[in-house]
This record gives sequence, structure tokens and C-alpha cells, in this order.
Amino acid sequence: MRNILVLIANRLATGVLTLWIVSVIIFLGVSALPGDIATEVLGQGASPETVAAFRIQLGLDLPLHERYVAWLSGILHGDFGTSLANHRPISDLVFGRLSSTLELALLAAVMAVPLALALGILAALYRNGVFDRVINMLTLTSISFPEFFVAYVLILFLSVKTGLLPSLAGSSDGTVLGRIEGMILPALTLTLVVVAHMMRMTRAALVGVLASPYIEMAKLKGVSPLGIITRHALPNALAPIINVVVLNLAYLIVGVVVVEVVFVYPGLGQLMVDSVQKRDIPVVQACSLIFAATYILLNLTADILATVTNPRLLHRR
Amino acid sequence: MTKAGILLNVNGLRIEGESGGRWQEIVKGVSLRLDRGEVLGLIGESGAGKSTIGLAALGYARPGCRFSGGQVLFEGRDLLRMSESELRRLRGMRIAYVAQSAAAFFNPAHRLIDQFIEVLAVHGFSDRAAAAAKACNLYACLGLPDPARFGQRYPHQVSGGQLQRAMIAMAMAGDPDLIVFDEPTTALDVTTQVGVLAAVRSAVRGSETAALYITHDLAVVAQVADRIMVLRQGEMVEEAETQTLLRTPGQDYTRRLLTADPTIRRERAADGHLLEIDNLSASYGARRVLDGISIRVPKGRTMAIVGESGSGKSTLARVITGLLAPDTGTLRFDGAVLGRGTGQRASETLRRIQLIHQMPDTALNPRQKVSEILGRPLTLYNGVKGEAAAEQVARLLEQVELSPALGDRFPGELSGGQKQRVCIARAIAADPDLIICDEVTSGLDPLVAEGILDLLSDMQKQSGKTYLFITHDLKIVAAIADTVVVMKNGEVIEQDGRDAVLKSPRNDYTKRLIASVPQMDHGWLDTLTARSSADK
Amino acid sequence: MLLPKEPSMTVLARGSAVSSATGGRLSPKWLKALAAAPLSAKLGLFIVIFYVGLALLAPWISPYGEAEIVGPQFSAWSSEFLLGTDNLGRDMLTRLIFGARNTVGIAFAATLLAFAVGGTLGIFSAVAGGWPDHLLSRTVDVLMAIPQLIFSMFLLTIFGMSIPVLIVVIALVDSTRVFRLARALAMNVTVMDYIDVARLRGESWLWIMRREILPNILSPLVAEFGLRFCFVFLMISALSFLGLGIQPPTADWGSMVRDNATLITYGDISPLLPAAAIAVLTIGINYVVDWFLDKSSGLREGQ
Repeated sequence: MRNILVLIANRLATGVLTLWIVSVIIFLGVSALPGDIATEVLGQGASPETVAAFRIQLGLDLPLHERYVAWLSGILHGDFGTSLANHRPISDLVFGRLSSTLELALLAAVMAVPLALALGILAALYRNGVFDRVINMLTLTSISFPEFFVAYVLILFLSVKTGLLPSLAGSSDGTVLGRIEGMILPALTLTLVVVAHMMRMTRAALVGVLASPYIEMAKLKGVSPLGIITRHALPNALAPIINVVVLNLAYLIVGVVVVEVVFVYPGLGQLMVDSVQKRDIPVVQACSLIFAATYILLNLTADILATVTNPRLLHRR
Repeated sequence: MTKAGILLNVNGLRIEGESGGRWQEIVKGVSLRLDRGEVLGLIGESGAGKSTIGLAALGYARPGCRFSGGQVLFEGRDLLRMSESELRRLRGMRIAYVAQSAAAFFNPAHRLIDQFIEVLAVHGFSDRAAAAAKACNLYACLGLPDPARFGQRYPHQVSGGQLQRAMIAMAMAGDPDLIVFDEPTTALDVTTQVGVLAAVRSAVRGSETAALYITHDLAVVAQVADRIMVLRQGEMVEEAETQTLLRTPGQDYTRRLLTADPTIRRERAADGHLLEIDNLSASYGARRVLDGISIRVPKGRTMAIVGESGSGKSTLARVITGLLAPDTGTLRFDGAVLGRGTGQRASETLRRIQLIHQMPDTALNPRQKVSEILGRPLTLYNGVKGEAAAEQVARLLEQVELSPALGDRFPGELSGGQKQRVCIARAIAADPDLIICDEVTSGLDPLVAEGILDLLSDMQKQSGKTYLFITHDLKIVAAIADTVVVMKNGEVIEQDGRDAVLKSPRNDYTKRLIASVPQMDHGWLDTLTARSSADK
Repeated sequence: MLLPKEPSMTVLARGSAVSSATGGRLSPKWLKALAAAPLSAKLGLFIVIFYVGLALLAPWISPYGEAEIVGPQFSAWSSEFLLGTDNLGRDMLTRLIFGARNTVGIAFAATLLAFAVGGTLGIFSAVAGGWPDHLLSRTVDVLMAIPQLIFSMFLLTIFGMSIPVLIVVIALVDSTRVFRLARALAMNVTVMDYIDVARLRGESWLWIMRREILPNILSPLVAEFGLRFCFVFLMISALSFLGLGIQPPTADWGSMVRDNATLITYGDISPLLPAAAIAVLTIGINYVVDWFLDKSSGLREGQ
């Protein structure tokens, strides 16, 4: 038990370190900007005096490491700085958007995870059968679709042709029901995109376990097919499957960007795209950092869950 | 006493295996009969189909195999025509299986005792406590340490020999009528093998349990089997009572298997040393694998380094060649100090020491033709290219008794023995002074191995090269070595002339090692176990 | 060429279970394998060839110029404009054909660069071991901790949006994945004894990487090239769709969808055509790769 705590502590430390290095990259990346933010914002025509004044206002006259420390300690206190585009505190912009994005991802996950696991397990059990081949072909096809293609096809059929659902997330009347109605199409798009990946990875994980010699041994002991799955395959497949689920949740968080733009959904992805177009660099930095942190956190969770479900690590010599 | 009567009757069994999309027969009409309480040994080289037949006795064909004819009658009922649920009722309970590598065949997620109890539970016995008591009892019978708590451990928490015995206990859980042992000791060291063999014997002797014992080692099967059947390429060669088969084999193939041990050569004295190793220590990470090794390798002779797995003998080869840098100590080759790693050694020095690996499969690049493999050292060391190189490659192939036409092939198109000969040819292409042979025959069938050993000693007679032979097989040592080094846990525990070490060993471990080598003699295991229990 | 090979061919056929060394040699075996391929693989191959043809021949087969304004905005399908015109009055069909050249070409260049960088470093890392391996692996770990699309958007914000920057940024971000795979594959080979043999012979790193390792990991790398290309292609399309990738007036499928998306709300499917063009190519490549993986030693099962 001690060993496993050490392992987890180790992994946590790596996670924190990674996050810190990522924050350095995101901060330093901006200083690689040709010219700097001040000329960027004010334009080439601005007088040197105005540029200098603006630089002081942004704190650009300070040495790099001081700026980094100030930036990081601000973030740790929930202060991401001010937007260049509309001069509002970035934290006001970001947090409402983040919760919208998480809601959308959660709704998609609730639909996608059970579906993907069920399909993956069935495909592994009847591998090389008709069901497996059909599902293989279908998922291979759907992996190949760009997200916006899936989104527009859904809009065309479920919204334009039949009028079942609204095509724009923002067009709701403000009630909770209206909000959820507006989320269904984007969530459905995300589900379709992520299910194929998750299902294929689940199948691969299970097929790997089912090919193990101890499964053959269980057959030779007279264990029934159900017993083989529940007692022998699943305990060993659990770690890889959990890994698959969490990794795909991470994928979901990122995949949300395109879907939000298509459906004009007021989430973090939409904000980031807008800010990139406006070259609102502090907001881009904040969004990048939040996306990266979420992604790192989910990967960390996957690793830790894989550790605690691995019998070889759990019961050391 | 045993009940009389036929338990298992296999008639004209045919099994096909798939390779590259085509089905080929791998068992070609084999028939055998097994009475209650009887032990039949199935022996043969790799590819003889013996494991496939063993699994057929449970009505099971591995994925990629299928039954194509014949019957497997267990108590008169054909297993090949039974439904899966009927087979499940028999498997584990009436017919049990013991696999070669217990580490892979135990489920890593469950405790040993739970996997034992499962056998009884799936066949409808719900009394857990009674089942656990039975497990303890069997663990004790099979000589496992602390039987009451042994089962509480997970498979990866016990040693290989113990795990193999735990698997035998699991097979005995349902008091089966038949146990199939599929090479249960092949992956073990000789001293560990003795304990497992004793466990196998106590499982089958004096009980009503019959057994099929599958192995490639005649001496092992001689200890446990009442009758022996010899198989080759999916067909029966001959079958006889164990004593009869060992004394008067009917077929030429069996006779060759019996005498597959290489001919013993006289020990030769040496003048001078080619390699001097002084106080050498080496580690992998924090783990010390070699500790204060000092060895003198005589020039123009063969020195054998003997030890079990984990003794550090292969690591020693890596240090001598420069693949692993030592922590401390010196190596002197032909009087000059050797660099610690390959990077610190001149090309000329690298050329003079050649290593031949255990597994020719992994020692030959599968994407290079034999001619490229043999041509490269010629080009690198002597600048020989083109026509001249092709001629030399042909000559090298002839030297190792291969057809020069094989130069055009990829390693995947050669047999195991041919591959090892190519490895030998690659080593002599560099014209070295010292050839280190790391278990060069242990991956090969006995008859093929014999040919390789003969080739190596013939080459030494002609060229006078020095051999360092790393092996776990004392029979090889007896045949070819002039001097012997015995290693254990990274230390040299005995070093002397061959006859001195083998005939009058001074160290207790060496004595035990020598005693553990199975002999063809039917009574060897009895004598050994009797002696060790008398010691206690 | 065929006759002298006869005897060894029979050996090959017999030993084919053992040797997976079927690639590399050009012989009728390839054609035979193709004939025996499943329908999906043939379809996939046909699609890939069709797209490559379009990309190469774009200026000669398209009816109008790439950025030429030839008619009114959003005109419907007609004999003059087979697929109508876009939001600026440019011919849709022309832009679709040029899109094959631009989008596919850029994705191909980026993937190639990613493999050159990631593949070389990955194999080097496996062969070198020790601190170079450690340093490279940790760096890649950190870079991979940032989601690809987000990282690309961030880098594009800093370095501005132009085609060379796009190619380099995408290649850099994707090379981390190639590095991981190449290193893992090469690691499986470096434990083989023939690598020890090469080291003992005193071969250089370059020789070991190129002659001993590369031939043994080529087929999974080729398969991965197909998959990474799909991924890069989808990512570039996504970036263009978001307005952050290929910039106007260069014809590109992602931005074509975005520019004409309003038509969908009127039930016109024209804007879906470039999206479908993207989907069809990725499907085609995926089918071919799937077959290739199936052929070369059950790799798919193993993963």
C-alpha cells in the first residue's frame, strides 16, 4: 500500500511540474511575438510616446521574470488580467464560459460513455463476427468525419428539414428547458465524434485481455463464458477501459471548440477563437492555460486510476 | 489401488492449424490409450504436435486450430462431439490442465487460493471453507512453504517454482481422473525442477489420477511415466513401456534422441591465458549483478561458465564484450587492458572478441539477407566488397555446413538450426580470437543442438580459437569444456579443471546442481528425494 | 526476373507464417494481395488516387480560375456553374478542385515534416538511451500535455497566419505523437540481439538507426503516416473552418464550409460538399490503412 501511495504522489508531482512548465511556455511564447503587444495593439502608426506609455501600463517595462511571477500569482488568486479588446477583467469573461463548456461536455459524456462501452464490449465478445465488422466499418467512417460536417448534417436534418431542435444554442428563451434544448444538438455532435474513438479503444483493450493465457486457463477449468468475462476479463480490463474513458473525456473538452463555433454556443472555445481573431493575447493565454490544465488534470486522473486498479501494483511483493 | 479400465482412448486424431490463411495438418492421425491411474509420456521436438494433442484431451483446440478427424473418447464418450456446456462440466473437475508457464496462466487479479476454490465453485461445490482447507492440504503435500497462508498471495508474489506447484495443486482440486501436464518444468532451473517433478509425481503416484505428461526431455519423462510415446511432425514414431523404450528403442529416431548428448572429449591442459578478469563488479541500476569476479580464460581452450538464471553469467558476457560497463575491476585481453565500453575499444579489439547469442531469432536482423549479414563484418573489418565478399560469404556458409545458396534468403526463411549456424558464420567472419557462446544451444531441439556443438568443436580443432561457453546445461559442460567456472548470485563459487569440478565438486551448491540434472535412469528422482529427506 | 526466383518463392510461400518480411520486394505478390483485398480497401485506394489526380491536375480541369469572381453571389446549380457560386460569386466546383490541391498539399507537407522530425528524433532517442532519451522524452511529455488544437491556435496567434507558419506549427505539434510511436517501435527493436551485434561490431549510430532499425519498423510507420495524415488534415480543416488556418483567397475546404454555412439554413447542401470531400478522403485513407494493418501481422489486434 505504501508503494502505491508513493507512486501516486510521484505522479501528482509530475502533473504539477508539467502544469508549471506549460504555464512558462504559454507566458514565454508571447514574448517571442514579432514586435510586442503594445505595437500589436496600437498599430504601426502609433507614436513612440504612446507606445511607451502603453508599455508601462501593461507592465512591459519590467524584466521578464518579474512579469511572469506577477502573472502567475495573479492567476493563482483568480486574476487573469484584463482583456485588450474590451478592457474587462478576463476572469469575468472566462469563468461563466468555462461552466457552459463543462455543462456541454458533461451532457455529451453522459450520452457517449455508456454507448461506447456497450458497443466496445459487444464488438470484443463477438470479434470478427458480422456485428464486429459492421461496427468497425461504421466507426472507421465516423472517425473520418470532421466535427463541423457532423454538426451541419445534424442541423440540416434535425433542425432545417424537420424543425425538431433549434440550430443555434443562443436562440433559446432563457428557461432551463430552453437551454437544455439548445444543448442537445451540440452534445449529440460531440457524442457521435467521440463514441467511435472510445468504442474502438474499448474493444482493443478487451481483445488484448481476452487473448491472455489466463483466459484460456479459465476455459480449461470449466468456467462459463459469463464467468470468464466478469471474473477473469473485466478485473484486468478495468484499468485500460477507465483509461480509455478518461482520455476521451479529455478529447471531448478540446473537441468542443469547433462545435461551439458551429452552434454559436457561448463557451470557452468560442471565446478563444474570437480572441485569436482579435489577437486579444491575454485572453488567448488564459484560455490556453485553462484548456491545458483541464487536459492535464484528466490525463492525471487516468494515470492514477490505472495505477490503483492494477493488481500487480496494488499488491507488491 | 487403481481401478482397471480404459480412461482415455484417442483414435486417429487429426488436427489442422492455420498459417497464412491456409489450413495444414499438424496432427496426422494419432491414436493413444490411457488406463486409469496410468501416466503416459508424450515426447517429441518442437512442432511434433504434442501440446496440441494434450489440449485435445480436454476437447479444446487453440484459436487457429481445428479438429478435422478422429475421436477423443473419455470414458467412452467423444469429447469432440460434446456441447460446450458438457465439456465445461468435465474440464477442471474430471480433466485438468497444467501449463508450461504458470506466471502467464494464473490470473494476476486474484489470489492463488481464490483461483483454486473457483475450480470447485464453478462445478457446484459451495463450501468455501472446505475448499480452502483442501487447498492448504494440497499446498502442504506439494511442499509449498507456509501452506496455511500461501494461498493468500497473488501470482506475481511467489517464485516460478512455487507458482508451478500451485498450478499443480489447482489441477488436483477436483480430484480429476486425468491431468494433462504440458511441459511443466521446461521454464525452470534444474534445482527448482527437482521440486516440481517431485510434486508431479506425488500428484499421480498412488492415486487414481491418470496423466499425460508432455515434454521434450527424455530424462524428465523417464522419472514419471509408465509408458512413453515418441511423436515427430504430428505422427507417432513408437510407443513402449518406459524401461523398454530406454533400453531397447525400436526406432532409429528414438535411438538418436536417447544418444543426443554430445560425445565427451578429453580435458586438455592449456598454456597461457587469453583473458584475465580481476575483481570485476557490475550492476544494473542499483542492483549488483556481478560481485568481485576473478577468472582466467585459458588460450585455445574451452571454458564453461555454469549457473542458473540470475547467477549473472550472461551479464558477465555483456561486460566482457563491452555492452555493459563494469563498476570496478579490470579486464586484460591478450595482455592489454580492455576499454570499459564498446565506445572505448578500437575496431580491431571489437573484431577479436565475438559473441554468439542464445536465440538466433533475435540475433539476426529479419530484414537483411544472409549474404548482407555475413558480408558486413568482412566489409567493415577488411574492406572486402563485391565479388570478393560474395566468394568469402559462400566459403563461410560452407564452413558452417550450409549451402551457399542460402545467402539469398532472409532469416525468416531458415530453420532454427540454420539460423544458429549463420550466427556462428557471422562470428567467424570477423576471424576473432575469443568466441563467447551464450547458451547457444538452449533454444534448439536436442538433435539440432548436438550438430551445433559438433560444429563448434570441429572448428576449434582446426583454428585453435578460444571459447567461453555460457550455459546452464551440465551435459554440455561435460562434453566440451576444459575448465569450468560455477557461478551463483553474481559470484564465482568454484573454478577448476572440468573433471575436478564435475567428479569431485567441493562446493555444496555445485554438488546439488550436479545431482539435480535428470538422468535417463528410471530411479534417479527416487534416489534423489530419498537422499534429501534423509539429509533432513 | 521471375524464373530464377522460382525455388526460393516456394520456400517463401511455405515459410510465410514465420516471415513477416513480405514488404519491400516488388513482385506480383503485391498485385495479388491487392486483388484479394476487401472491397473497402479497393474503394479507399480508388478514392486516394482520385484525389491525388485532382490535386495534380487542378489548373487544367477546373472550369474557372481559383480566385476568379465569375458570377453573382450564391447562384444556384446550373449548367454554367455546375455547383453554383459562393458568397463572393466564385465558382464552387473550381474552388473544390483547387481545395484538393491546397488542403491536401499542405496537410501532406506538414505530415511529412512531422515524420522527418519526430521519426528521426524518436529512433535516435531509442538508440541513444541515457540522458538524451530522457531529455527528449520529458520535453515531448510536456508538449503533449497541451491539447493539439489549442496549442496550434496559441502558436498561430503568436506567429501569425501564413501557409509556411501553418505547416511548421502543425508539423511541430504533431511530431510529438510521431516521436512517441517511433521511439516505442524502435525500443522494441533495440532490445533485439542483432542491435547488440551491430554495436559490438562498432557500427555508428546512423548505421544502426538507418540499416538495423528503420527497415524493421517501416510498415507500422507507414500505416501511422496514413493515420497522422488524416488527423493533420482534419485539424487543418478545423483551423480553416475556425478562420485560423488557410487564409483567403486561397481555396480551402474548411473555410469554404464556413463562408457558405448560411446556405444550410435554407436547406441548400452546397456548403456540405467541401465537408463531404474532407470526410471521403479520410474515410478512403482509413480503409486502406485498416487493410494494411490487417495484412501486416495483426498489428490492429495488438494495440
